Amino acid sequence: MERVPVLKIGDILLVSIQIDMEDQVALQLQEDLAERIVATGVHGVIIDISALDIVDSFVGRTLATIASVSRVLDAETVVVGMRPAVAITLVELGLSLPGIRTALNVELGIAMLGSREDDGEPEDDEPDPVVVTES
Amino acid sequence: MPLSPDEARRFAALLEGQAEQLASRWTELVAAGLRGRLSSAELRRQTTDLRRAFQQAFAGGATDLGQDAAAELRAQLTELSSGRARQGFSATETAVSIYAFKDVTLEVLGDQSDAATLRDYVAFSSFVDQAALFTFDSYVRIRESIIADQAEQLLELSTPVVKLWEGVVAVPLVGTLDSARAQVVMERLLQTLVDTGSPYAIIDITGVPAVDTQVAQHILKTVVAARLMGADCIISGIRPQIAQTIVALGIEFGDIATKSSLADALRYVISQNKRSGR
Repeated sequence: MERVPVLKIGDILLVSIQIDMEDQVALQLQEDLAERIVATGVHGVIIDISALDIVDSFVGRTLATIASVSRVLDAETVVVGMRPAVAITLVELGLSLPGIRTALNVELGIAMLGSREDDGEPEDDEPDPVVVTES
Repeated sequence: MPLSPDEARRFAALLEGQAEQLASRWTELVAAGLRGRLSSAELRRQTTDLRRAFQQAFAGGATDLGQDAAAELRAQLTELSSGRARQGFSATETAVSIYAFKDVTLEVLGDQSDAATLRDYVAFSSFVDQAALFTFDSYVRIRESIIADQAEQLLELSTPVVKLWEGVVAVPLVGTLDSARAQVVMERLLQTLVDTGSPYAIIDITGVPAVDTQVAQHILKTVVAARLMGADCIISGIRPQIAQTIVALGIEFGDIATKSSLADALRYVISQNKRSGR
């Protein structure tokens, strides 16, 4: 059976799904991710679904489960790169994927996780570099 | 009564023999009907081509417009009606151009008044009627295709997605939002979000004359789809009456940000942007 690779980049686990998301693959990914989060101690997970043509209700539910499991393990999950056609189909089906945070692409997903961390740690003394360049 | 192959060949001979006279008289009659909106050289070319096509069809023994021998004639008629439809002539004017051919032929036959000629003429006349009806049909078909094309162009024209700021795109909606248009707007907006990587979209409904539950439903779907992709939507340009209608209809926009003007929406987005440090 095919497996989805899980890459660790800094404090983030990056999962780019490039194969058809069959039910077994989704369940396997859910297990792999939980193990990797515990093993690496990261605080963010980015799941890139830009290569997926179809997101059915099972995959949607699995993504929600992954998000919940990661949250329990103190890691935020962001699903990135959903295609317009996929989004439209999900809306037409009435699936709004509650509990899943989304971003347009990996870059924005990383930014989202980064800003979350800054918000969550007010004792952090060093100034936020992004805010400095913006002002 | 239908044309017999014999009669068809007799008419082919007649049309060939009187070619010059027929074409010029026909041109005159049609020109009178169209009141100078088409140059007589152009008409002359059309009637000459048509006369030749009729003659060929008859010479080939065509007794019905649907036959293979009349294929060339049908092509000519289609071309004529397509030209007329695009130039803005009415269906009657187009069909009358063909009917005039009967008058012209009668003038050429004029002197002989025996029963056989009359029978021939009646059969010929029904053939020309078929041709005129065919013109009418193709005229309507071409008109419909023109209208469909225009509707499509209008759809394209009326749904621009503009980049308003770094990371902010806006869709100024103008006109009634029906299902087909809402679908186009949604697809365009979502695709632009992906292409530009903009995390914010402003849907401006200043130009939407009325918001009913259906329109609201379309807008909500778009917003939810954008959210699924990770972009936030703000609805702006809500006029006072529209706000009242929305409340009266009990439409819930939930936690979707709504602003009264595009400027407000942009200000809101920029402040959000600063806050999230993007």
